[in-house]
Amino acid sequence: MSFINYSSREINCKLVYYGPGLCGKTTNLHYIYAKTSPEAKGKMISLATETERTLFFDFLPLSLGEIRGFKTRFHLYTVPGQVFYDASRKLILKGVDGMVFVVDSQIERMEANIESLDNLRINLAEQGYDLDKLPYVIQYNKRDLPNVAPVEQLRDLLNPTRVPEFEASATTGVGVFDTLKAVAKAVLRELQRGSGGGSSGG
Amino acid sequence: MAGPDVMFPEEQQQITTVCQRLHRDANAKAVLLIGRDGQPIAEAGDVEELDVTSLSSLTAGNVAATGGISKILREKDFTSQFHEGEKIHVHITLVGGRAILVVLFDERSSLGLVRLRVKKSSDEMTRIFDAVSTKAQSKSQPSILTEITDKDIDNLFND
Repeated sequence: MSFINYSSREINCKLVYYGPGLCGKTTNLHYIYAKTSPEAKGKMISLATETERTLFFDFLPLSLGEIRGFKTRFHLYTVPGQVFYDASRKLILKGVDGMVFVVDSQIERMEANIESLDNLRINLAEQGYDLDKLPYVIQYNKRDLPNVAPVEQLRDLLNPTRVPEFEASATTGVGVFDTLKAVAKAVLRELQRGSGGGSSGG
Repeated sequence: MAGPDVMFPEEQQQITTVCQRLHRDANAKAVLLIGRDGQPIAEAGDVEELDVTSLSSLTAGNVAATGGISKILREKDFTSQFHEGEKIHVHITLVGGRAILVVLFDERSSLGLVRLRVKKSSDEMTRIFDAVSTKAQSKSQPSILTEITDKDIDNLFND
């Protein structure tokens, strides 16, 4: 849930990167961390196993600039993708303001993508959220690999509601910031709408 | 879903005063108040050397995991936690189900003293949170969110 502090003049929001194991959620955060100026980011935390698999979450605090004198701070989280960490995944979703679903575009991971997206809907519902009502974008990751499914096929399977979608290669950074910007923007628009504000004037 | 969590300058000052008093009365090294989702709210004591943002996020994760354990054990909630270190100890409590109060202390204090002082501070903080909620719901305070325009949002993301 967003937190607005009128004393320190800050708007804080929580973004969560979700998706099947090894789809590139942590890689997205690593790239963002590497390419952001030091004054705009905090320390990146990874609670990972000895084999570098996410155990609980990755966390990256980012400042994206000011709106009307308020600093906008986004807390980026990833969930552990491996199926048996479901209890931990649910916890990370608490208080979420915006979702990114990272798809592993490789044909052999199609079932894992579908399973993970179903799992996301179920876990959000348990927390009282509806994915269709949340600011939400999809990232088709690993587009640089040779064995990927066509985007049209991924779209039909994983994006029936046609939310904003981005092709990406998180290891090289392609599409990473487009995805982040889109979800951050959607979150701010949702906050604006929820407050009853949002005129188009400046 | 409830509206966004907020904090107003008047209550921020009151909460900070409670943190400062707790820091003094409990002989603590530092006191942090954190939202359940991991946002830092207020602090007192020796915080210059601390990475408050990281600590807040990890503590919130810790509390969430403990909440998950309590659910599996069919226990309502574990309202406090204590981590004992060699030099530093950490006492973590849920305040009014809405925030997390963290007290860092060393050999100059004791768990008993910290517990005692935390109890009093928690009650005060809960009352302040109630006041914030009432104020936020009464809409007597103009929300920054109503002032934000589409253009403001677009400008934020212009390269």
